[in-house]
Amino acid sequence: MNSGIPIQYFLILATLMFFTGVYGFLTRRNLITILMSVELILNSVNINFLAFNRYLYPHKLEGMFFSLFIIAVAAAEAAVAIAIIINIYRRFATINVEEVNEMKF
Amino acid sequence: MINFSYTIWIPLLPFLMFLLLGLAGHKLKPKLSGLLGTGGLGLITILSYVTAFKYFFTSEKVDGAYQKIIASNFTWLQFTDKLHIDIGVLLDPISVMMLVVITTVSFMVHIYSLGYMKGEKGFERFFAFLSLFSFSMLGLVLATNIFQMYIFWELVGVSSFLLIGFYYQKPSAVRASKKAFIVTRFADLGFLIGILILSFNTKTFDFITLTDPMGTAIAQGGGIAFLGLSVMTWSMIFVFMGGVGKSAMFPFHIWLPDAMEGPTPVSALIHAATMVVAGVYLVARMFPIYALSAPVALNVVAYVGAFSSLFAAVIACTQTDIKRVLAYSTISQIGYMMLALGVSGYGGHEGLGYMASMFHLFTHAMFKALLFLGAGAIIHAVHSNYMTEMGGLRKYLPITHITFLIACLTIAGIPPLSGFFSKDEILAAAFHSNKLLFAVEYAVAGLTAFYMFRLYFSVFWGKDTHYSHEPHEAPATMTIPLIILAVGSVVTGFIPFNKLVTSDGKIFESELELMIAIPSVLIGLLGIGIAYIMYRKESAVPDKLAATFKYSYKWAYNKFYMDELYLFITKKIIFRYIAEPVAWFDRHVVDATMNAIATVTQGVSYRIRGFQSGQLQKYAFVFITGAIMLSILFIYLWK
Amino acid sequence: MVSNQIMFILFSAMIIVFSILTVTSRKILRAAVYLLFVLVSTSGLYFMLNYQFLAAVQLTLYAGGIVVLIIFSILLTSHISQNFESSGWKKNIFSAIAALTGAILAIITILEYGFTASTEAAQQVDMRLIGKSLLSVDYDGYVLPFEVISILLLAAMVAAIVIAKKGAPKKIVLPKLNQE
Repeated sequence: MNSGIPIQYFLILATLMFFTGVYGFLTRRNLITILMSVELILNSVNINFLAFNRYLYPHKLEGMFFSLFIIAVAAAEAAVAIAIIINIYRRFATINVEEVNEMKF
Repeated sequence: MINFSYTIWIPLLPFLMFLLLGLAGHKLKPKLSGLLGTGGLGLITILSYVTAFKYFFTSEKVDGAYQKIIASNFTWLQFTDKLHIDIGVLLDPISVMMLVVITTVSFMVHIYSLGYMKGEKGFERFFAFLSLFSFSMLGLVLATNIFQMYIFWELVGVSSFLLIGFYYQKPSAVRASKKAFIVTRFADLGFLIGILILSFNTKTFDFITLTDPMGTAIAQGGGIAFLGLSVMTWSMIFVFMGGVGKSAMFPFHIWLPDAMEGPTPVSALIHAATMVVAGVYLVARMFPIYALSAPVALNVVAYVGAFSSLFAAVIACTQTDIKRVLAYSTISQIGYMMLALGVSGYGGHEGLGYMASMFHLFTHAMFKALLFLGAGAIIHAVHSNYMTEMGGLRKYLPITHITFLIACLTIAGIPPLSGFFSKDEILAAAFHSNKLLFAVEYAVAGLTAFYMFRLYFSVFWGKDTHYSHEPHEAPATMTIPLIILAVGSVVTGFIPFNKLVTSDGKIFESELELMIAIPSVLIGLLGIGIAYIMYRKESAVPDKLAATFKYSYKWAYNKFYMDELYLFITKKIIFRYIAEPVAWFDRHVVDATMNAIATVTQGVSYRIRGFQSGQLQKYAFVFITGAIMLSILFIYLWK
Repeated sequence: MVSNQIMFILFSAMIIVFSILTVTSRKILRAAVYLLFVLVSTSGLYFMLNYQFLAAVQLTLYAGGIVVLIIFSILLTSHISQNFESSGWKKNIFSAIAALTGAILAIITILEYGFTASTEAAQQVDMRLIGKSLLSVDYDGYVLPFEVISILLLAAMVAAIVIAKKGAPKKIVLPKLNQE
């Protein structure tokens, strides 16, 4: 039980993790590190769901299942993203995101 | 009730000929296209004579007056239930008379053109345009309402433009056709304003309603006044302005002498016999309104006509191009017709001027067409237009000589030719109404005789010029129309117009007033005599006279500098002070605005294209920032 | 409950520190390892919240599957010790400002909202219950998402294979495009 830890702590933790992931997404130049930042974001959301489930709806399971499905989707997405990154590497010989900018005016 | 519905074919047949020759003419052999055009016209000439016979001799008369018959009418454009424009055929004494005139002269011109234009490039085009002109003119005279007349009025202007500019590779012809079109178009502005004022106040376009002497239209208009003249007077003056342009009265006469650049058959048909009398026809058509409701406008008509005839006659005395002499003569004679209408009253013997005007129109068409066609034969023989290069042609062109002489005698008013009768009626009408105008016209009669015989003697007698190649008489297709028209000039004088075409449709008695007839013949003979003395043999008298009256001669020879005046007004005043600023405004303000809109758009799009940079992280940044701002907006600021 | 709090503080400290290190580290492999630590700490958090199954799944899939995948792709596409030049400072500053603004906004919202903890009895989450829920067709059954997820995974697998296969020889190495 978590009577000692108010829910806001979990939420604030999740928030910090989320925006760290956002910062990483906007700043990093390697495509793979961008992918890693996306994983951070997804994880923070997971923590949020579970915190809400435990504190606000302890008799139900929806939060947990949602998190389960998020993990599954994240795995699928990481696989496809890496496939795309490999393809980009083959075409452009670089995975610097600032050099992959052909879809422009 | 006689069925006149076949009369719709009278204008339609030349229109079909125009379409046929215009579209397929170049595929046919020239001779065939000429015959088609001429055949079509011959057919409608016969139809017109049949119509005239049926109308004048077998149609029913009410109260002894010829009725206006609407042979066919259909509504072309319906705007509201009161406002609609119809196209139809109206038969009344003047329109039937005009049918006879137009189809006869046009038929003669068609036959003549078979010979005159033979071998010319554009032969089929010529006949197509002649048919178009015939269609337009017939539509004009058969109009049932004033708007239809306006439509065909403009069509006639277009046909005239096409025919004057027939030799489109000659710059002078192009200039002349432009000038004709622009001057008449400008006058038609007045016509349109007149139509609008008139129909606004009377709520109708239809001629029968407008000109009904017992009807409301005429009574209505007299009431409202503007600047001292009634509304009807203003509208009639404006309508007359259109007539001034088309009939080449002063001050819109400048286009007619230049229009002689067109081929001679065109000059005969359009600029002597039919189109230029459209203005006279217009006044005659609206005559009940002029006489009963706008007498001031009628005065304007009379004075403009009289002035034009004097003005043109003086100029004609000095010109050396034979076609130009004839052009000025036409202006002068139309002045006679306008004058006659101007001094006329309405009904019975008062309407003498009206009848005289129509009579003169009829006879003038014959002899003026004859004069022009004869001039064409002369030009065809000698290949020059100038009197100074001709002389002694009576030996070479016998038929042309005799017919030309008959025409000259007619125009000089020698009995028993037709010109005497019609001119005498005009002089009688003028004498009884306005002695000043009578005096002017009397003088002009003498001048007319003088300049026509100056022309005749210089061409056919005068000096014995040596020609580079022997002039030969024109072929039969050209001389037969001359003969027919000469016969017409002789006999038409005896047609009793006072029983057929009068201001109110009823017969009135008129007889020859010897008191007027004898002096007019005398002054005609005087003019002939002076010309005989000066021009029959080669002599120095004309040059000495010209030297004595140096300034008058110079002014008359240069047409009183009217063309220069017009050019000055348009170039120095209108172009410089009105047209150029407007053009500057259009180029620098209107176009600049459009260009500015385009340039600004282009600049802005160049700046903001950076949004589509292709860089993933920029997109994500915008995304996050937008989401944050929206959430701030909706959570905290949306109260 | 002090031990709870201590564990919470420990785990959250690890999460925050390592996630910051992930996004700021220059060397890629170190970033991947830091990510691994973040994921493991998260799973510890889940254990604390009594979601054992989910914690186990997290460890298996994320820490064991995805991080391994990432490391593979790092090896495939670049040198391990390759250093990228850091991005321009403008990008960093703006991103930091955006992230900070977002974080502050979220935290303020969280703190202002009064969460009332529910007093219902907690559901014991054991495997039997999870299994039944996943396959139940009742109102609160999750069989439909379960099936959809399985199709999604199949699709992802196929997609990854198709995208990444060597395929036709349209291997074009473009010249470097000019930056504006």
